Amino acid sequence: MRLFRMISACCLLWAAQASAGLEKFDFSGNVDEDRYKELIAEIRCLVCQNQSLADSDAELAHDLRQEVYELMDKGQDNPQIVDFLVYRYGDFVLYNPPLKPSTYWLWYGPFALLVLGIIMLIKTVRQRGKQTDTGFSAQEQTRLDKVLGKDGDDSV
Amino acid sequence: MPRFVRYLTPLVAFLALAGLLFKGLSLDPRKVPSPLIDKPAPAFSLTRLKEPEVVLSNADFKGKVTLFNVWATWCVACRSEHPVLMQLARTGKVAIYGLNYKDEREAAKQWLVRFGDPYVANAFDADGRVGIDWGVYGTPETFIVDQQGVIRHKHIGPLTQEIVRDEILPLVQQLEATSG
Amino acid sequence: MIPELGQYALILALCMAIIQAIVPLVGTFNRTPGWVALARPVAWGQFFFLLIAFAVLTHAFLVNDFSVLYVAQHGNTQLPVMYKISAVWGAHEGSLLLWVLILGAWTLAVSLLARNLPAEVMARVLSVMGMISIGFLLFLLLTSNPFARVFPVPAEGGDLNPLLQDFGLAIHPPMLYMGYVGLSVAFAFAIAALISGKLDAAWARWSRPWTLVAWVFLTIGIALGSWWAYYELGWGGWWFWDPVENASFMPWLAATALIHSLAVTEKRGAFKRWTVLLALTCFSLSLLGTFLVRSGVLTSVHAFASDPARGMFILLFLLVVIGGSLLLYAVRAPHIPRGGGFGALSRESLLLGNNVLLIVTTALVLLGTLAPLVYDAFGWGKISVGFPWFNTMFVTFMPLLIILMGAGPLTRWKHNDPAALAKRLKIALLISITAGVIIALPFSTGSVSAGIAVALSTWLASTLVSGLRQRLKNKPGIGGFINDLSGRGGRSYYGMWLAHIGIAVFVIGVTFVTQFDVEKDARMTPGQSIELSGYRFRFEGVNNVPGPNYRSQFGTVRVFKGDEEVALLNPEKRTYLVQTKPMTEAGINAGFMRDIYVSLGEPLGGGDWSLRLYYKPFVRWIWLGCIFIAAGGLLAASDPRYRNPLRHRREAAVTPAGAASAIRSNA
Repeated sequence: MRLFRMISACCLLWAAQASAGLEKFDFSGNVDEDRYKELIAEIRCLVCQNQSLADSDAELAHDLRQEVYELMDKGQDNPQIVDFLVYRYGDFVLYNPPLKPSTYWLWYGPFALLVLGIIMLIKTVRQRGKQTDTGFSAQEQTRLDKVLGKDGDDSV
Repeated sequence: MPRFVRYLTPLVAFLALAGLLFKGLSLDPRKVPSPLIDKPAPAFSLTRLKEPEVVLSNADFKGKVTLFNVWATWCVACRSEHPVLMQLARTGKVAIYGLNYKDEREAAKQWLVRFGDPYVANAFDADGRVGIDWGVYGTPETFIVDQQGVIRHKHIGPLTQEIVRDEILPLVQQLEATSG
Repeated sequence: MIPELGQYALILALCMAIIQAIVPLVGTFNRTPGWVALARPVAWGQFFFLLIAFAVLTHAFLVNDFSVLYVAQHGNTQLPVMYKISAVWGAHEGSLLLWVLILGAWTLAVSLLARNLPAEVMARVLSVMGMISIGFLLFLLLTSNPFARVFPVPAEGGDLNPLLQDFGLAIHPPMLYMGYVGLSVAFAFAIAALISGKLDAAWARWSRPWTLVAWVFLTIGIALGSWWAYYELGWGGWWFWDPVENASFMPWLAATALIHSLAVTEKRGAFKRWTVLLALTCFSLSLLGTFLVRSGVLTSVHAFASDPARGMFILLFLLVVIGGSLLLYAVRAPHIPRGGGFGALSRESLLLGNNVLLIVTTALVLLGTLAPLVYDAFGWGKISVGFPWFNTMFVTFMPLLIILMGAGPLTRWKHNDPAALAKRLKIALLISITAGVIIALPFSTGSVSAGIAVALSTWLASTLVSGLRQRLKNKPGIGGFINDLSGRGGRSYYGMWLAHIGIAVFVIGVTFVTQFDVEKDARMTPGQSIELSGYRFRFEGVNNVPGPNYRSQFGTVRVFKGDEEVALLNPEKRTYLVQTKPMTEAGINAGFMRDIYVSLGEPLGGGDWSLRLYYKPFVRWIWLGCIFIAAGGLLAASDPRYRNPLRHRREAAVTPAGAASAIRSNA
């Protein structure tokens, strides 16, 4: 446990420096620099306080970046590299949670909430539309509005 | 009655949230459990720490229940768990193998001379590749591998007498019993 | 001796808070004017002692009193004076002291500025704020005492984290806390209204300026954090959807919904229950944020040193405050009379739709932030929910919101004929689709995202312009505009206008920098030049330069466009003398349309260095948009109708019901 605290103390905020991820890989060959950078930004550094492999200075992050580079060099595509890491470290290592039955509620939840919200919206609007008003005549309403200083539609 | 219930919804939702947060206080968000449990131990073949000409591989784990302990001389917590490992080795209840992770060979050998060597043998993993294969992310970590070479348990963090007594040994006994 | 005075001051503040919480409230029930009137002076007393406590801690940092544990951990003799002061709130205990001081300040402000409030309302509001104070003061005194001593006294302090030794990050927490804590005012007004049962237009009018100002501070605080991350962390990112960032964003989203809901309640007497619930929710989210940051339940770079015992205390506090307020809501809300009706197509319904979207967004941010905890708690394994998920969700929902934002201000209250509205919106629709398509076409940018962003921003801008033209139709020229601005409801309208323009600017900034930024890692020798996006970057080497409490490897990069030198950048790598891990300071040339950004990597031998070069178009528009939003909010909050005591006295006597019956009896 102390080691974790030590490592995390090192990682805490320090690691978020641009020096991270600047080991000099050769991008003139098989490995596309943009693809590499995008992928390491989506993989989590396991020993850090919520940082990606791209931002972390940690030793393990360095090792994993090396691993990702080598796998890319061998010609593996992103899903294969992701599988490699997930096999060893679990889904925790992915910032983009995979879509599978156990994460359906995570991915579809917001849309379900939206539908719920729209249903409540429609119900409320229907209800308020049917509602009889305060019962003022147009003339009375105008006087009332004036007294209360209501300007009508210009006001916010 | 139904109307009153509708207005209780925010409170009920909050209480559920509070329950979740309460549970969260007893969890460790930094701990990453191993997805390798119940999977065959990752194959490896490394030189032994003390005898570089000889190879240690996962084949050496077959046939008995083994403890595979990941450690390094630069790891402070490993120092604290070492006496526990020494004592466990003395009981002879389970074979302890080590993975010397990202370390210096000479320093590691000196360390074992100084503090004692509970290991049957140590695999020397200089660049940490085997560690990555085993899903190691911080030392010390201890794996329990059964007789067929399947990983059955991973303990993250230093071992203590209580953990050995309550977590490790019962599982070792159980595994030994099932295979006769 | 003096630090103990600080602790004693906290205890006295706690005593004041207890009196403030109980006595005036009881006075409103048994109608004892003396007790009711006690609220204000006791609030002043509490603030006085809080100020003393804060001053004592600041003094301890300034004189390097390392016998105080907190100062020993975060202070240092070499620390520049500005950072000795900001170190006061640089970690858990001190930041809590700042929190409670700011709560005292808001309480003081309410007691002094809300002169139009009837004494009972003032008493209830101050009482609720006193209760919150009690919770935080107890938390401080029992678990997080900033004045705890350490023995033996160290000779030197642990130093403030160098990342925090920065102006932007020094004022970021105070701004944020002004926002978080300011939402307690709306909360207190809501509780006061629930207790008294008087949830009328007057209540909404009182709450609105306070909520607006708190929201403005929260906007500024979040924008500062984002801007800081961009220039300090060296990788040009400005938002990570980190749990603590989300903890600040959720109250902001909910507060945005609240200020719109308050507008409807004030104008039309509708949405009362929603507004009250929102007011309770906003501050609850602030408190939830406090829990998330300090309990260790979630992993974050921002999190303070976590301690489950502290987490437990905050959780209990949440149960009392949030649970109690929601219970009060459940009991009293059914008796709140329903407001006026409105048609299916009306400003009310569009604002309701707007709020539904904002609340759903708040809920989804909460979902994503807590999902890892849910999975762990139920034993479903460990997952991470990071920026890809949040960005996907946000980018899906935001366009809907922006569409409503454009249509809302042009829609009439209560009822709008669809055909008439369509006519009013037709031109804006045409302009925005055209602009979007033009931008998306291959010959311009070829990016569909950029096209959509431009379409949405143009939609906002053109509906705003259209609305303004309509509004100023009978008020020609500059004179007419000035009259309108200073007239009744003027600042509210122009505040809204400015804030909505801010959103349009923000959307352009975010989309364009995400789509079109260019980054290059390079190994450079002194004298070498590299081309990037039409600029030539010439690396001129790195020198060692001492700073006040650090050593700097000071790089020089000249940037040319053609033959003309456009910028002289000095990226640095600093090694602070106490906490010695290196820190990078990026070299940035800021511009309205683009930033040029360079950070130093590692020395590669022989004077060579690895550098990262960036071209970031439109990135400043992100924070420019935030500035407009904040300015708009301030403009709206300054509307004189909130402050005019004369009108208030007249109006306070005239409630809608009273006026209605007066008119009826006269008619």
